[in-house]
Order: sequence, then structure tokens, then C-alpha cells
Amino acid sequence: MNGLRRHFNGRTAVIAAPFLFLLAFFLLPFLIVGKISVSEMETVAFKDVLIVVDGAVQLTLKYANYVFLAEDPLYLETYLSSIQYAAATTVLCLAIGYPFAYFMARAKPTVQPALLMLVMLPFWTSFLLRVYAWRGLLTEGGWAHSVITGLGLDHGLAALGLIAAPGQLIHTPFSLVLGMTYNYLPFMILPLYANLAKMDLRLLEAAADLGATPWVAFWTVTVPLSKAGIIAGSMLVFIPCIGEFVIPELLGGPETLMIGRVLWDEFFSNNDWPMASTVAVMMVLLIIVPLAIFNKYQAEAQERTR
Amino acid sequence: MKASRAGIWFGRGWLSAGFLFLYVPIVTLVIFSFNDSQIPNVWRGFTLKWYAALATDTEMQSGLWLSLQIAFLTACGSVVLGTMAAFALVKYRRFTGRTLFSGMVSAPLVMPEVVVGLSLLLMLVSMQRLLGFPERGLGTIWLGHLLLGMAYATVVIQARLQDMNPQLEEAAMDLGARPHQVFWLVTLPLITQSLLSAWLLTFTISLDDVVLSAFLSGPGSTTMPLVIFSRARLGLNPSVNAVATIIVAVVAVGVVIASYLIARAEARRQAELAAATKA
Amino acid sequence: MPPTTPNPAFLQIQDVVKDFGATRAVNNVSVDIAQGEIFALLGSSGCGKSTLLRMLAGFETPTAGRILLGGRDLATLPAHERPMNMMFQSYALFPHLTVFENIAFGLKREGMARDRIAAQVEAMLKLVQLSAFAQRKPHQLSGGQQQRVALARSLAKQPQLLLLDEPLGALDKKLREQTQIELVNIVESVGVTCVMVTHDQEEAMTMASRVAVMSEGRFLQVGAPAEIYETPATRFVADFIGNVNLMDGTLDVDEPDHCVIGCDDCKHYVGHGITGTAGMAVTVAVRPEKITLTRAEPAGEFNRVPGTIKELSYFGSFTVFHLQLASGARLKVSQANTQRHNDDRLTWGDTAWASWSDSAQIVLTQ
Repeated sequence: MNGLRRHFNGRTAVIAAPFLFLLAFFLLPFLIVGKISVSEMETVAFKDVLIVVDGAVQLTLKYANYVFLAEDPLYLETYLSSIQYAAATTVLCLAIGYPFAYFMARAKPTVQPALLMLVMLPFWTSFLLRVYAWRGLLTEGGWAHSVITGLGLDHGLAALGLIAAPGQLIHTPFSLVLGMTYNYLPFMILPLYANLAKMDLRLLEAAADLGATPWVAFWTVTVPLSKAGIIAGSMLVFIPCIGEFVIPELLGGPETLMIGRVLWDEFFSNNDWPMASTVAVMMVLLIIVPLAIFNKYQAEAQERTR
Repeated sequence: MKASRAGIWFGRGWLSAGFLFLYVPIVTLVIFSFNDSQIPNVWRGFTLKWYAALATDTEMQSGLWLSLQIAFLTACGSVVLGTMAAFALVKYRRFTGRTLFSGMVSAPLVMPEVVVGLSLLLMLVSMQRLLGFPERGLGTIWLGHLLLGMAYATVVIQARLQDMNPQLEEAAMDLGARPHQVFWLVTLPLITQSLLSAWLLTFTISLDDVVLSAFLSGPGSTTMPLVIFSRARLGLNPSVNAVATIIVAVVAVGVVIASYLIARAEARRQAELAAATKA
Repeated sequence: MPPTTPNPAFLQIQDVVKDFGATRAVNNVSVDIAQGEIFALLGSSGCGKSTLLRMLAGFETPTAGRILLGGRDLATLPAHERPMNMMFQSYALFPHLTVFENIAFGLKREGMARDRIAAQVEAMLKLVQLSAFAQRKPHQLSGGQQQRVALARSLAKQPQLLLLDEPLGALDKKLREQTQIELVNIVESVGVTCVMVTHDQEEAMTMASRVAVMSEGRFLQVGAPAEIYETPATRFVADFIGNVNLMDGTLDVDEPDHCVIGCDDCKHYVGHGITGTAGMAVTVAVRPEKITLTRAEPAGEFNRVPGTIKELSYFGSFTVFHLQLASGARLKVSQANTQRHNDDRLTWGDTAWASWSDSAQIVLTQ
């Protein structure tokens, strides 16, 4: 709408307000975190990075934190472990969520809004409370605990290394992944459902007409077409999972290393702000690649709908 | 395309199991809020004493009040900023820094909250050292929630704006409406529903937030989720169950009503759109 | 009311160019449109006609060139200040407003008094015969009714120029024929100058007083429908409009009052001279309905060719025959079915002679 440009001064304001807001409160803080990660902690404040000494500008960058991070095996292990847990959660969400979204999308059109509402309802209820609920379920005496130990499944879980010992279901990798899967399932289901519901069913009719069985048609037609939904859902689960804090804190245990908790502990328990900042910077770098993929997909999807 | 009988029953089974998985924790929360036992896990008897205890629980009450205030402010601010951002991204195709802007708007959606919270806090502390303000409290928590809320609001409103027939706004201009009149008379009435969705969404997210609030709160500004979180960390606490049940009840009623209204309005809108534009 | 002395250059488009990045959508277009005229831009999708229309409306700015309305340069006017109104392809009726409010929208923007607005809206509703539907919302109307509301809305402000974007595209055939006539009547009774954009030849030819055939951003020919049909300027235009038989040949004889052109299958005797040199390559175009098919051989050596009927398509009121000639080329002949019963009807495999008069040919040098 070129004719608008000359005459709509409001346009600059409309772009500028959110832009400046984000620059000031999103980008700038990241830059500050970067700066602090290379500075030294002095009691409650930190030394300035740039100081003027005898008329000359001196740059004191303390890389010690980064070096420490690279050398300490615990941090490396924690990053890897965070990625592993996030990946496991994503795969589980996909395994449970894809059929779920598929059957929802194929249900009678009159029923679908109700199904959608039922999926959304837990989302609107406090996630903190629902995570807390799993704690109750998995502690001794809780329903889930009783069912799992009653069926003897806990021995299988222990054999797989998912729990430390039979009978101890809480504060284990098992409870952590279960909690994360539970929490992020709607985030996987919704984009998948949106994608599958929009699919033209006549494509399946065409496939059948050309000799494909329903099973073959599913894998050769439906799944490839839902690729965008799969990627969107996976990104919406994987990326935030890496940095999760609340669920590892409430459902995880001493051996479930998650980088979100490490950052929190560095900040609140150790009061080591530069270290926490360093961890944060590394987390962002870790996430940038999947984030860039996500953004690219979003932009492409937008272009396609124009 | 007709699915086989086995397929239909498999589908129903999967959906039922899935819904069971989603709802069992919520149901247990509610049930055990009536449990007459300090340990909410084992059933001892029916009681309402935990609800009565809430009446004198000042910590929880002040937390609730603070959370409601912040959530309200967050929702309003997010909708305003989100509408502007959505407009910028949908209507104005080319402006300097567009990729940066687009990235910044959607980043809070996927960036871990610990990172966002830490960075915002560190900046606020630096500001405080330099300028003497701001003190950490309601305002700073609101700021963090606004960042997150704006991202969600933008997604919702952007989707609706892209759906809208651009010829409607051109028609308005053609008939003599100045650009700001086009917005108030034509665009706004058509996106009202998405604005409402965005408002409710950001309200809920703010009300529920733990991590950002933890980083950005100050003495005397403890939000309800923070109260719940600190209690939950220590162990199982029946007062939490009671609060949970109340929240679930309110949300359930709200969602059911909202879903019904939205579904009805949506059906009406689709009919209007399909008829007002050529298919 | 129609003006007494219409201004022949009411809308002037002068050397207008529009580039979108590296693509040139409109390539140096110029034309003068008279007041009260219905002018059609005809072309297939991507030819630039919609871009040109949008430049008239003010939704796009020309990269070069000027557009003048009544002598006034429109470059300084944004879309919402221009004295013209557009009827959109999708109708673009405001879904949240009633029919009455839709039509009144433009009048309200002018700051008109309420009773005057009401009177004008009533008049418009009467014009399109939708007075009973004033309080309905767009989704409660049929496609044809919505189109009439869109028309009423675009005429409500009594614009100096009416722009129509594929006005009949969404209507089915029966409704389209009916609406074509109605639309023209309404526009002519109001007396407004009208520029319409369409890809449908029939629409352009039946509705417009002058047609511009557009391709790749240029005007190929501008003229009255009959002129474009019977006297196309180029092969492209001849082929684009209606059906045509194109025969390539050489100019054998060129006299002031006649010429002879030799083609592969036949020799043409054309009853007028053309500007050209002997031996020059030309194309002869003959419309299918100008050709007669007979079993008996016609007299003379010119303007006739024998062939075998390979295809025939029966359209009810007329039949189209595909005649295969000696060289393998096909001739399309269209014959009206003037008789209900014809025992000697031509059919597949029959040999027949096609013949035409010496005024039936169009000689094309481009």
C-alpha cells in the first residue's frame, strides 16, 4: 500500500514503540549479560570492564569464567544432559501428540471444538500446580506410584537406569521427563492439530484411487504434508525444555542435571553473577541454532500464506 | 474418507488415554484438597479445613492480589504492544531492521525464562546503580511479563491480521476514510476477537509465571506462584491443593464459557467472511 | 445526468510506467478516455491491467508518467482523497456493517448530514433494486445481491470516475448475462465515466464502448469492440479476441483497389489494397463465421479451399467444423443452425468446400 506511505506518519510510531521497547528491554539486557560475564565480581557489585587509568583506556576482560566453563566437566555434562532430556521430551511428545492431534483432526467436525477446548483447559490451569500434582502422584502413597509399583514396572525402569532404585519414582530422570512431557504436550498437539485439520482430505482420496492403502497413504501423504506442524511443535517443545527450571526443581533429582537449575543456583545460591551470566550466554549460544531454524520456518510459512 | 472400524476404536482409545493422562493430575489435586490429612497423598477423610485456612492465609492472599494486578496490567500492555508489533510485521513489509525486529518479537516465546529473567534483572540493577531507580517490585515484574506477553499477543493478532481481506481496508480508503479512520472503523472491529484472545492468554501467562517473577521481584512483592512454589519445594502441602482447586474451578468455568462464546462468534464470522468475499 | 458536451480527454493516462523491483508491470501506457465512456482493459492475468487500475485508484504510485482527471494531476492525491470509487473483485463489503451502513460509509466520511445521507442511500438502493435489504448484513445476501450493494456503495458518492475490477467474475453464466446489461444501464443512467478491468472478452465487448487489449504491460490495440474484432491490428490481437483462422502467405499482387495473396492451400482475393511491397510475407485472418461450407464446388479460383471434416462441435445455435486442408492445416468454420431439420447435414469424414467473400479477410503485417 504505497499510497499510504507519504501520509501516514503514525506508521513510524506504530513500528517504533514496540521496536524501542524490545531494544531497551530485550536486546540491551543481553548485551549487559555479555559484558557482566566477562567482568569480576566485587562483593555485591562488579568492577567496570572499561576503566580509565592515567589517561589511557584499559579493558579488563575476565575470561576466567568461560575458561572455567569449558574446562569443568560438570558444566559440559550439564549442557549435554539438558539437551538429552529436552530431546527425549520432544520425542515422547511427538509420539504421544501426533496420533492425538491426528485423531482429533479426523474426528467429526462438530466434536472438534469441544476436543480442542479439552486440550486447552489444562493449558489455562496453572502449570505450576499441575507439576506439583505429579509430585503427589509419584511420591509414595500417590496413585501413579501405587499403579507403577503394583504392576512391577518400576523394576523395568530401574533396569533402564531411569530410576535409581525400584520404589523411588520421584526426583528421578523418569519423573523429570514425565513431568516435562506432561507439561509440553499441548504445545506439540496444537500446531500439529492446526496443520492436520487444514489438510485437504481429497488428497487421501486421490492416493486411494491410485492404489495406496490407508497405512501407505498416511506415511506418503499425511506425514510429509504435516512436516511444518511437526517442526513447529518440536521447536516449541525442544527449545524451552533445554532451559526449564521449575520442573527439574520440583520433579528432578540430584542426578538430573539441567542447565536452568545451574543458572539459578549460581545466581541465587552462590551469588556469583558473572558465572550465572556466563552460563546464560552459553545457553543462548546453544539455543541460537534451533532458534534460527524456527525463525526461518516461521518466516517461510508467512511468505507462503501471502 | 472412511476409517476402518479398528482405526476408529484405536483413535478413540488413544484420545481417551491422552485425555486421561492430561486430567488425572488435575483431578487428584482437587480430590486431595478435601483430604483430612497433613499428607495430601493418602486419603483419610473428607474435610473443608484447608479452604477455611485460606481465609487467614495472608501470605497467599496478598500474593493473589499482587498477581491479579500484574496480570491485568500485563494483559493490557501486551495487547497494545502486540497489536502494534503485529501491524508492523503484517502491513509494513519493508522497513529497516525488520529481521531483527521479527526475531526479537518471537524470541521470548522460545528463550528460556531463566535467561530472560537474569538479563532483565542485571540491566535493572545496572540502571539502579546509575540512575537510582527502579526499585524491584511490581513494576519490574510487570516489565518482564510484558516482554513475554507481547510475544504471545503478537502471534495471535498477527495470525488474524494476515487472515483479513486486504481489500476491505482498501475499500475504506477508496471511500474516503483517512488511514487512522480505516484502523478504527474497519480493521479494529474485525480483529476485536483476537484482541480478546490475546488479552486472556497473556493474563493467564502472567498469573502463572514463576521464573521471571522470581528474578524480578523485590522485598514485599511476592506473587502467588512464588508463594506456591516455595511451599511446593518444601514438600506436599494441602493448602496448595485448596488453592489449586479454586483456580481449576474458576478456569474451568471461564474456559467453558469462553469456548462456547468464541465458537459461536467464530461460526458467525466464517459465514460473514465467506459471503462477503468471493470464495 | 449525462453531460451535454462530453470531454473527450476527461481521464488522461500519459506514458505511465510501473516497476516492481526488476519487473515492469506497466510499460509506457497512454490513452485519453472520454467523459461518460465505459472503457475496458482486457487481457489475461499478469498483463498489468489490475496494476493500472490500482494506480488510477491511488493504491499504487506510477514509477513514471502522469495521470490526469479533468486536467488535474492525481499524483498529489492519496487514495482517500481521489474523486473516484472502485468496485472490488471480492466486493469487499464490510462484514460488520449492514447494507445501509456499507453504502453510507463513504458519505459519512464526507461529513454529510444524516438526513441527506439517508436520502442518498435510499436512492442508491432503489437504483440497484435492493431497497428491502437495507438492514441485512453481507453474509445474509446472495452473490448477485452483494455485487449490487458493492455497486451502490461505489456510486453513492457520485464519483467522477468509476473503477470496476472484474465486476462479473464471481457470477455464474446466467446471472452474468443478466447483470451485464443491468450494470451498463445503471452506469449509463448515472452518466459516470467508467474504467473496467476484465479477462473475459465477452464481458469487455458487450459492456464497453471502447476496449484496450493489454499484454505484458502494453496496449496492443485500443478501439470500439467491433473495430477490435473485425479490424485487429496484429496477429496477437486477432488470435486473442474470439476465434480466427490465420493463414500465412505472400503478397503476389498489390493494387490500389485489390490485392492477391497466395497461401499454401488457397489464393485470397482481397477487395481492398494494402500498403506493402510485392513478395512481402503477410498473414490473412478470416473469422470462422465469415466462411461458408458447401458440398458443391464454388465458382472462381479465389477465396475457396476444399477439405475433409475432421471434427465438429455442436453448440445448439451453431456448429463449429474443423476442416482439414491439403497441407494438413485446419480451418475452423462456424455455421448457424438456421434449419431445425437438415437431412443433408455435413458430418465427420465428408468433403466440403469452404468459401468466403472478398471483404471477409483481414490482412495482417504484424
